[in-house]
Amino acid sequence: MRTLIFRTVAPYLTSLMVLYSVFVLLRGHNEPGGGFIGGLIAASALAIYGIACGVSPVRRAIRFHPMAIAGFGLFLAAFAGVISIFVDVPFLTGLWIYPVLFGVELKLSTTLIFDIGVYLVVLGSITSTALALEERERD
Amino acid sequence: MEVAVAVLTGVFFFVSIYLILSRHIIRILLGIAMLGNGVNLTIFTAGRITREVPPIIGADAYVPLEGIANPLPQALVLTAIVIAFSFFAFLLVLVFRTYQELDTDDTGEMRYAEPRDEETPPLGY
Amino acid sequence: MATTEKPDVILEDAFVLAEPALADWFIAGPLILGFMFGSLCLMQRKNTLLQARIAIVGLVLMLLADIGLFLNVLENGTVVMTMGRWFPPFGITFAADMLGATFALIAGIVGLAGGIYGLSDIDDTGRRYGFYPFLLLMMAGVTSAFLTGDIFNLYVWFEVLLIASFGLIILGSEREQLDGATKYAVLNLVATTLFLIGVAYLYGIFGTLNMADIARKAPALQNTGPHFTIAILFLFAFGMKAAAFPLNAWLPASYHTPRIAVSALFAGLLTKVGIYALLRIFMTMFPEDRQELALLIAIVAALTMLLGALGAIAQTDIRRLMGYLVISGIGLMLAGLALGSQIGLSGTVFYSAHSMIIMTALYLLTGVMGGLMGTFDLGRAGGLYARAPWLAALCLVLIFAASGLPPFSGVWPKILLVKGAIDVGIWWLAAAILVSGLLTTIALVRMFSFSFWRPAAEEDLEAFSFADHRIAISATVGLAALTVIAGIFPEPFIQVSDRVAAELNSPTSYIEAVFGSSTEEAN
Repeated sequence: MRTLIFRTVAPYLTSLMVLYSVFVLLRGHNEPGGGFIGGLIAASALAIYGIACGVSPVRRAIRFHPMAIAGFGLFLAAFAGVISIFVDVPFLTGLWIYPVLFGVELKLSTTLIFDIGVYLVVLGSITSTALALEERERD
Repeated sequence: MEVAVAVLTGVFFFVSIYLILSRHIIRILLGIAMLGNGVNLTIFTAGRITREVPPIIGADAYVPLEGIANPLPQALVLTAIVIAFSFFAFLLVLVFRTYQELDTDDTGEMRYAEPRDEETPPLGY
Repeated sequence: MATTEKPDVILEDAFVLAEPALADWFIAGPLILGFMFGSLCLMQRKNTLLQARIAIVGLVLMLLADIGLFLNVLENGTVVMTMGRWFPPFGITFAADMLGATFALIAGIVGLAGGIYGLSDIDDTGRRYGFYPFLLLMMAGVTSAFLTGDIFNLYVWFEVLLIASFGLIILGSEREQLDGATKYAVLNLVATTLFLIGVAYLYGIFGTLNMADIARKAPALQNTGPHFTIAILFLFAFGMKAAAFPLNAWLPASYHTPRIAVSALFAGLLTKVGIYALLRIFMTMFPEDRQELALLIAIVAALTMLLGALGAIAQTDIRRLMGYLVISGIGLMLAGLALGSQIGLSGTVFYSAHSMIIMTALYLLTGVMGGLMGTFDLGRAGGLYARAPWLAALCLVLIFAASGLPPFSGVWPKILLVKGAIDVGIWWLAAAILVSGLLTTIALVRMFSFSFWRPAAEEDLEAFSFADHRIAISATVGLAALTVIAGIFPEPFIQVSDRVAAELNSPTSYIEAVFGSSTEEAN
């Protein structure tokens, strides 16, 4: 698969897909999208990069081990639920704040943190599997 | 509509049970994947197939207008799909590794954990 | 979506607005702690020492949360927390009655013991492959399965604990493990899928997945739908999970393959989740179907306990012997479910708690013995008594407890079960319980006499030293101490199991706790 064209295009394609995955993640609150599908898109972006340029560049590029990323996501998701202990509501209750930044109102919530956690879990675990399979293929 | 989907579900179950009864692990695996799909359809049908109108309540109403799709089975099916997907991925890797290590995909030949020629326990000192 | 006006929805219509007491958080504690500490371990892949420390801290905190929850339930009755504040039949409810809290507490103890044993049993490679993260995830899954009040959520926790157990069972990737893991994975996955089919039909009939809501609606819908089919499906699925007789083949094929710490945790936790689910479904939700199925369950129970014990006698490998004993114990727990009476259920609950502790302890002891002898094969075992007389004492304590001989914890639940069976005149069930106890004694005592009294087959056994096993033995001794205490002072334990049985026999308190004052309105 390591053709010249693919290798040249792959970094741009990957960065575009990762960007799009973040977009899908953020739009997921009120429209189709969300952490799971965003994570899948990002994971497939990394998988494409892995197919084009080999597995070790991918591992270098994401700096952390994929499972560590998944772990961080899990932690984030659990943490998003725990925040509610501080405002005396049950576990996992969605809490909202509406800060105004540069005249634009931002709707931030614990659900968003949870969704980012899901994104990272999916990204980490799928990337981990995909990279493991790609590594094996070359042996 | 429910009848049609129920028949389809029956076909899914039929195929998957046939595949699971096979001796070859890869067929069993495919059977399990089919079984998962059959179950998803079962859940979907159990929630009654009503209308394809999205279950969204307008800004000026408290209850949905007539005839919306039941959102709960969709949520359940989505969860079940995600779970089935991750299990299938895991099983695929596991079965592949097993095939590489044991050099067989025949469950009748997979006797490493329970060897066929196991000694009987000692009867005395 | 650019508008900035806040929605003015009347929150009382959709939300539980009562503030949860801080003590109620104990019910979510094991879940939160399991996930948080598990993910912390996952982030520390390379640093295996730190990983182990984080995990032990997490397991201790989980146990503390379990204890807190248990005391809270003991004092105030069923504790309920509705996730995300949505009203009970719509939101997912966690509801801990005495049954759930008791099982969660014992699971916490077993998990901690397994984690401590893992300190010596699991090497760096095993830890890098994720022993501790998987352990914590499995604990979160098991405990949440005991505490959740929503049947689809129960399915999700089953899958969480299942995927974690898959990770644990192939730790090491040896041939035997891959072989065992394949069978374990396939059969357990089929069982959970059957469970999901049951859930789908249940939803089709009741239109709800909240267990208390189903329990409330079950009597009215008794003869309207394929009620009985669902009950049979659940019996089949959970019987498979619990390794009840005709569906037990996966257990002896897989439980001896992983590391001993993993086997011990599986033996203590996983099959008992199946028992818990059976109790919850047949006592809380479908009590009438249980009555119709009672004879079938009783036959299955008798066959499970007898064939499990007979299987144990036929084994050469000590680990596989223990696997069959797990199956035999499942039969005893099913016996109480078949009886359904106060005394029978009390015996089942007590026996489940006893069995979780004792089977874990026996597996851990097996690990120590195997480590000292260099083999698990009864044909080559021997020479332990000369080297460790006190280990013989520990082993005898566990053997007596497992066989149901006084003065250890096994005897009391068996008395309850036998009495319960005789009370209703099912003498053959009582006889099966007693005979299975005898067979268990034979199997275990033979294991004892071969490995302790017979002279060592090889002379170079000194290579396996005690120093490696100090931590492992301390975990086993801790569990054994519990069975001694429960054997000598059974009163508080029987009181607790009596209360569990009483709650199971009248699920109204559970239903009322979940729905609170909104019971009438929601109808």
